[in-house]
Amino acid sequence: MKAGILSYGAYIPFYRISRAEMGKAWGIPSLPGERAVANRDEDSLTMAIEAGLEALVGIDPASVDAVFFCSTTPPYAEKQCASIAALALDLRPEVYTADFTGTTRAATVALRAALDAVESGSARRVLVIAGDSRPGEPQTTWEQLLGDAGAAVLVDAEAPARVSGWASMVSEVVGPWRRPQDRYVRSFEPKLETEYGYVRATAQACRAVLEKCGLEPSQFFRAALYSPDLRSVADVARQAGLDRSQLQDPLLMTVGNAGAAHALLVLAAALDQAQEGQRLLLANYGDGADALVLELEGPLPRPQGRRSVAQYLASKRDLPGYGAFAAMRNLADRPEPRVHSSPVTYWRDVAVELRWHGARCLACGVVQYPIPRVCRECNARDNFQEVKLSRRGTVFTYTLDHLYANEYLDTPIPRAVIDLEGGGRVFLEVTDCDPQEVRWGMTLETTFRRLHEGAEFHNYYWRARPVRE
Amino acid sequence: MSGIRDRVAIIGVGCTKFGEIWEKDQEDLLVEAAYEALDDAGMTPEDVDAVWVSNFFNFTGQSGGTAIEPLALFGKPATRVENFCASGMDAFRNACFAVASGVYDVVLVCGVEKILDQGARGLPQESYHPVFQGASAPGMFALAASRAFHEWGWTKEDLARVAVKNHKNGAAHPKAHFRRPITLEDALSAPMIAWPLGRYDCCAVSDGAAALVITRPEIAKDTRHKDDYVLVKANALAVYSIQPFYVGSYDWLGFPATRAAARMAYEEAGIRDPRKEISLAEVHDCFTSTELFNIGDLGLVEDPKDAPKFVADGLADVEGEVAINPSGGLKCFGHPIGATGCRMLYEVTKQLQGRADGYQVRDPRYGLAHNLGGPGAVASVTILARRD
Repeated sequence: MKAGILSYGAYIPFYRISRAEMGKAWGIPSLPGERAVANRDEDSLTMAIEAGLEALVGIDPASVDAVFFCSTTPPYAEKQCASIAALALDLRPEVYTADFTGTTRAATVALRAALDAVESGSARRVLVIAGDSRPGEPQTTWEQLLGDAGAAVLVDAEAPARVSGWASMVSEVVGPWRRPQDRYVRSFEPKLETEYGYVRATAQACRAVLEKCGLEPSQFFRAALYSPDLRSVADVARQAGLDRSQLQDPLLMTVGNAGAAHALLVLAAALDQAQEGQRLLLANYGDGADALVLELEGPLPRPQGRRSVAQYLASKRDLPGYGAFAAMRNLADRPEPRVHSSPVTYWRDVAVELRWHGARCLACGVVQYPIPRVCRECNARDNFQEVKLSRRGTVFTYTLDHLYANEYLDTPIPRAVIDLEGGGRVFLEVTDCDPQEVRWGMTLETTFRRLHEGAEFHNYYWRARPVRE
Repeated sequence: MSGIRDRVAIIGVGCTKFGEIWEKDQEDLLVEAAYEALDDAGMTPEDVDAVWVSNFFNFTGQSGGTAIEPLALFGKPATRVENFCASGMDAFRNACFAVASGVYDVVLVCGVEKILDQGARGLPQESYHPVFQGASAPGMFALAASRAFHEWGWTKEDLARVAVKNHKNGAAHPKAHFRRPITLEDALSAPMIAWPLGRYDCCAVSDGAAALVITRPEIAKDTRHKDDYVLVKANALAVYSIQPFYVGSYDWLGFPATRAAARMAYEEAGIRDPRKEISLAEVHDCFTSTELFNIGDLGLVEDPKDAPKFVADGLADVEGEVAINPSGGLKCFGHPIGATGCRMLYEVTKQLQGRADGYQVRDPRYGLAHNLGGPGAVASVTILARRD
């Protein structure tokens, strides 16, 4: 097998909340550490796409043959999400798309499908993107434990991080689970779910893949393991014969359990540190376990501009308290603002909305957005070349708008007119920031977000944020 | 092009009290304004050959029936005009063409808006595209104010002085929405609406209606206002991008639509030095910053960035060089969208006739009305003068 991982990306939302704050709000015990919190305009898909964008830094998106989206919390019950990702990631129209859902193990299920695809020759390059924002019931430690994040790997027929072995193990333990009518993750008996579900199956899969490959645990630089809670990953490591020092930080104290994105996020952190010649073990769990061996046979590309997990961990803002968290999660069930929308219009304009395409006037050279028929600068008609716009620009002018959908907001929404690098002027809402930080000349970058629920579908588009570094 | 100069006369004007008029609907307001204008002209609805009616929000009205229905003028020609917040003056413009062409002799122009029917939390936000959504009205105009703060060093105090002046004027006008003078401190300490615009930088959200009766000068000579009818010296409309957010070459320092309309209007009226020749101007101060931009765009100061000084020096006061918004403007008189352009012409007409309801500008010569719509996209400038 030569197939493996060519590139990877991570995404951790900007906001965190300390678990102590969450426990204090309910008067219940707190877990240690903090968790990552998706902003109110983020969901599993937007986070997966952010990670996908990271994985494609320095790589031509046109070279990708398939994109797989993985989540236990896909924003649509009926409607594919990978197709949205294909456009937001500006992939070719012929790209093959698939969603992998229903289990926290979805990302390795998809990874296996990706490897099989490149091995079989049906695809040369497959992007696996995962994002999750699992709903933890308020007033329980679930709410504290779960965290929101995204992660992605780009699988290639010939890659520096070769997958040299794979083992799977089925495990039919009911728990955790969520039926369509369940608002929060359900659990019946944590001891069963952990000890006889997660720990047993994951350790078995790890031992099985070691045996298949004829490897000893000591021959691994790191093991990137899915971790459902704060403690039991240590049991997996022990039962698999791994030393604690080989265990990649499972990010539970900083991000929390990121569901279907978790294993790939921990893997991304391991890949950030791994060198050519080293070996990694990846194991994932959810209704069974997958374990695989990665041989770093060549140098992994480390393109400038791709953020490491450590950078994402450092780029953060603490929510002031549980109220802010509850608002981001809309725990008060406030109705969505009524915004006019239409799937017809949305469909017609996907190139400018999702692909982030503008047009360069071939007469005067000015890049324009959205794509007009007649040039706004020189009046040339239908003389444009469609171009990909930059994701970075500077604030030309801005306001902090307290009025939105006929409501007065105490915290205003920053809206900025932005001149993009390489041309094009756009008008975006600025997210993931303290509104008072926005200034003329400030550098912003685009980020893929869910704008609103007009016409009762997810209206995705780009917003701007201060550059996360 | 022969233009409109001296071809149309205003012979009757009417305007309701502006404000939060919960107990009346658009029918009440339109009937009151239209009958006041007709009474002023000494005419009856039967004398009207055609109607142009302006309104913006579809919950206020749609079609020419917006005017025909309440006035029960069944069978008469009527057209509804919508051109953002400049709808009122554009209805007037179209009506002028009808009269000047000789197709009709007497035309009723009216504008009405019943915004409070949708609540008092600012203008109902309109969006027509899933993702290319504008901002709130304050949010759109704040983008220009913000740029002037950055580029020209305008300050919150500069804006506040406009609010204080317009509140002072509006307090004297019995038909104004707000009738309370304010202090600089009031304006500066008000809650923020869309930075840098605070509550006192934003015009009132009002209900109201205004109406005018127009005809040709030769007919005006035989009407009630035969000695003091008001002549249209110029009327110009210019439309720029309604998505200025995406126009890379736009500097956001003022509104090119106003500059274009003013240039056309001054040329038509033969005005060379507007600051000297214009006695009063009802300008579209939807926001205090917009009034400052208007002063520059209308050429009342040499360098547009000096507009705050023009106000600070008292040159925009009723007794100043060019009385700006002697009615109190949109800020204080109120801004029922479709009615505003007609209300401005009502005010300028009465000022020129020496019968202003509030402060009277002394011996006015030319009066200017400037109506602006959308994100500074649609501008209409009308210049009026009393008959010789």
